[in-house]
Amino acid sequence: MELTLWTYEGPPHVGAMRIASSMKDIHYVLHAPQGDTYADLLFTMIERRGQRPPVTYTTFQARDLGGDTAELVKKNIKEAVDRFRPKTLLVGESCTAELIQDQPGALAKGMGFDMPIVNLELPAYSKKENWGASETFYQLTRTLLKEKVSFSEKINPLRWKKLGRRPKINILGPSLLGFRCRDDVIEIQRILSEQGIDTNVVAPLGASPEDIERLIDAEVNICLYQEIAEASCEWLKRNFGMEYTKTIPIGIKNTIEFINEVHNKLDLPLTNKQELEHKSKLPWYSKSVDSNYLTGKRVFIFGDGTHAIAAAKIAKEELGFEVVGLGTYTREMARQVRATAKDLNLEALITNNYLEVEDAMKKAAPELVLGTQMERHSAKRLGIPCSVISTPMHVQDVPARYSPQMGWEGANVIFDDWVHPLMMGLEEHLIDMFKHDFEFVDGHQSHLGHTATNTKDFLKSDEKKEKNSKEGIIWTESGRAELTKVPFFVRGKVKTNTEKYAILRGILEISDETLYDAKAYFSKLNY
Amino acid sequence: MSKVDFNKETGPREVFCGLTSIVWLHRRMPDAFFLVVGSRTCAHLIQSAAGVMIFAEPRFGTAILEEKDLAGLADAHEELDRVVNDLIARRPEIKTLFLVGSCPSEVIKLDLATVAEKLNKRFFGQVRFVNYSGSGIETTFTQGEDGALKALIPLMESSNEEKLLLVGTLANNVEDRFKKIFRNLGISNIESFPPRQSTELPKIGKNTKVLLTQPYLSDTVRDLKHRGCEIISAPFPLGIEGSTKWFLAAARAFNISELKVHEIISPLINRSKLALESHKEILKGKKLFLLPESQLEISLARFLHNECEMDLIEVGTPYLNKDLMKEEINLLPDNTKIVEGQHVEKQLDRVRKSNPDLVVCGMGLANPLEAEGISTKWSIEMVFSPIHGIDQAADLAGLFSKPLRRNQILTSKTLVTH
Repeated sequence: MELTLWTYEGPPHVGAMRIASSMKDIHYVLHAPQGDTYADLLFTMIERRGQRPPVTYTTFQARDLGGDTAELVKKNIKEAVDRFRPKTLLVGESCTAELIQDQPGALAKGMGFDMPIVNLELPAYSKKENWGASETFYQLTRTLLKEKVSFSEKINPLRWKKLGRRPKINILGPSLLGFRCRDDVIEIQRILSEQGIDTNVVAPLGASPEDIERLIDAEVNICLYQEIAEASCEWLKRNFGMEYTKTIPIGIKNTIEFINEVHNKLDLPLTNKQELEHKSKLPWYSKSVDSNYLTGKRVFIFGDGTHAIAAAKIAKEELGFEVVGLGTYTREMARQVRATAKDLNLEALITNNYLEVEDAMKKAAPELVLGTQMERHSAKRLGIPCSVISTPMHVQDVPARYSPQMGWEGANVIFDDWVHPLMMGLEEHLIDMFKHDFEFVDGHQSHLGHTATNTKDFLKSDEKKEKNSKEGIIWTESGRAELTKVPFFVRGKVKTNTEKYAILRGILEISDETLYDAKAYFSKLNY
Repeated sequence: MSKVDFNKETGPREVFCGLTSIVWLHRRMPDAFFLVVGSRTCAHLIQSAAGVMIFAEPRFGTAILEEKDLAGLADAHEELDRVVNDLIARRPEIKTLFLVGSCPSEVIKLDLATVAEKLNKRFFGQVRFVNYSGSGIETTFTQGEDGALKALIPLMESSNEEKLLLVGTLANNVEDRFKKIFRNLGISNIESFPPRQSTELPKIGKNTKVLLTQPYLSDTVRDLKHRGCEIISAPFPLGIEGSTKWFLAAARAFNISELKVHEIISPLINRSKLALESHKEILKGKKLFLLPESQLEISLARFLHNECEMDLIEVGTPYLNKDLMKEEINLLPDNTKIVEGQHVEKQLDRVRKSNPDLVVCGMGLANPLEAEGISTKWSIEMVFSPIHGIDQAADLAGLFSKPLRRNQILTSKTLVTH
């Protein structure tokens, strides 16, 4: 048993939902009790999806447990197939259903459907969300392609030359609730297309079962997120001989290395090597004199494996920061994160406990934190600026604008996102020059911590004015007490409105009733 | 009882489980901690429903069952003991610890009552332990509060003192307003359950008159009756009508004249009616479809029809306690279609077919319906906002008029440029 106050990853069936929701023409029947539908809101609220996840929950109850839950599963499978007519059906169970062992996958396979059925066994008591996503994508790929294994020769990455066409690749791993996947895919396709390389399939994001079946039309797989796609890439390599890339194109150096890796695998000459460095503004921005102050800034990094490793490399080699802490919650990538940390003379922090991360952050005394939304909160408590680099997803991590992490534009986004939370070089210099002037106000030191100061000022002034306002109006004890119950962010408005109302009506003492009278008055007026 | 049209439906549901109520219960009683004994799903559910992120160390958590707990390699009771010890060492300010059962803990039949009993002996005088189930196989959403309150009743001492007991979590400011009004009516001994501190439980007995503030407390009501409490039958204090009848019912139980009640609340009613007017203008004649979730649906339907003149297409409710809802149902217009339970797909078919102006639904369904051009209001907001009482009637109406108003602004012809 493990005490958990907050978790970086959901259960493995949420990972399966990420794959199902990312794709087209797929339906997932999940044997699960009432309440597990909460996971829908991750997609509809956080990702702002306009469609419900393609998931049917069997919704078994305590009274069903004595009876035949297997019949309930079959009924739901039949209804889901009739209604949604999926081209491939995923069948699985959440934590509770795993305990009652109805074997929904086997039940589905015995129902005589002619569509492929993927039986998902995702151990809820030992595995987590990313593992579940990876396993689902792997099982799906395997189910849809296994019949082609024996008929197909090993794929020669150079065959495009003989076929007389441009080389083709697949982009594997992007999914819903993955960090900036939507935009990374566009950026990577653009970069490869410029090099004369075509994208055969992007999966799971936007792919249909037919697309999975034609993965083998490509020469090489791009493993864009190891957490989700490595198992599938390995299987495709073992069974079809398809090579896959290992470099994650986040940051300038890794993007260039990635382009090199793809060219090497395809034996495609790289003709514009010299141009590549100028595709992004990051190298020049980092070199420009204002960035001098970035040198040696202490940075603490925590996130999923892919983004934490990439961030460490960019921080050290491309921005000249000093990495003072590195860790991940992705146990599956612990070995790689440890190796990266060792190169930086650090010991990696591998944990799913955010309080441990906060402690490590405190000890490392960084000037910048690169983490998840949870580290953003921790950093805020410690008064340290932070930029978010990794899942778990928050509605703010799905911006309206194009903002990839990968490739050239990704490097631009990263420069802005990591540097803006810091006090700018010139600004820091000027503040240092003027800080002894009498006009200088503490709260104006920078754009950091503004809100905190403002709130405090607001509350303080509130207390003073409450007692006696200049119009001679008095706040009675009941009025003041009522005012303190109003949420702080609207308290100022309520106070002004109530006083305005009191003046209007010639009321000299504001009681709680006056406050409500005013509330009703303005509520009417505001329409 | 008015002639409403009762229906039952079964099938796949889109409703939260009882664990979700921890989100408001832990805020109501800041000296209590809610420890769910469950899975990663439970932990993920609460953190997702609680607004995704935590700003401070939370007063709720999950003891996540692992493979070794299930395979019998570790004694689940000992493991839970260990987790509780760690927790109390870390949070010495905890006065009451709720052990909350979940779907997996119920299925493996983990005996939380026995665990609580043992822990009560060990931590006697320091921390009190109670247990209840918030599992989805037994409870929906707000029923979790019913379980938590029921679990506290055995800890409440007996007293024959006459008092008014308000039962059900209220926003603190609403609670204060209610108490003030009752004092003005001449009822001086008023307490709330749950209290603001878990250790300050009200004493109860045969002269305790219970006035419910929330409609989802069936089990709590039953146990309070067993303890001799009198249950005042009334609609729920949502909207002017419901609140007025609620105050009147309480006054009757304390032999206070109706005249006195009207004298006290008339000014409140008048100003509230004024404030309600602008919302009514927007809501009037609009078609409303309520999907089941918070269990407040019937009261909301009554308010939105009777006071805001909305047309009711269908009123969904996760379950229906006809006895508890009697007064509410009597106030509904004839032929109101009430559907208990859910088949979410069939219900959504009916939503689309009936072409509603506004749908009250859970967060999982809101954006998909909006994308189809149907305005929505999330039901979870009702349990987080101060909506009870006469003074809040306009705010309550505002929750429903706002999406319609917004829709009007965004689709207004002045914005169309092509």
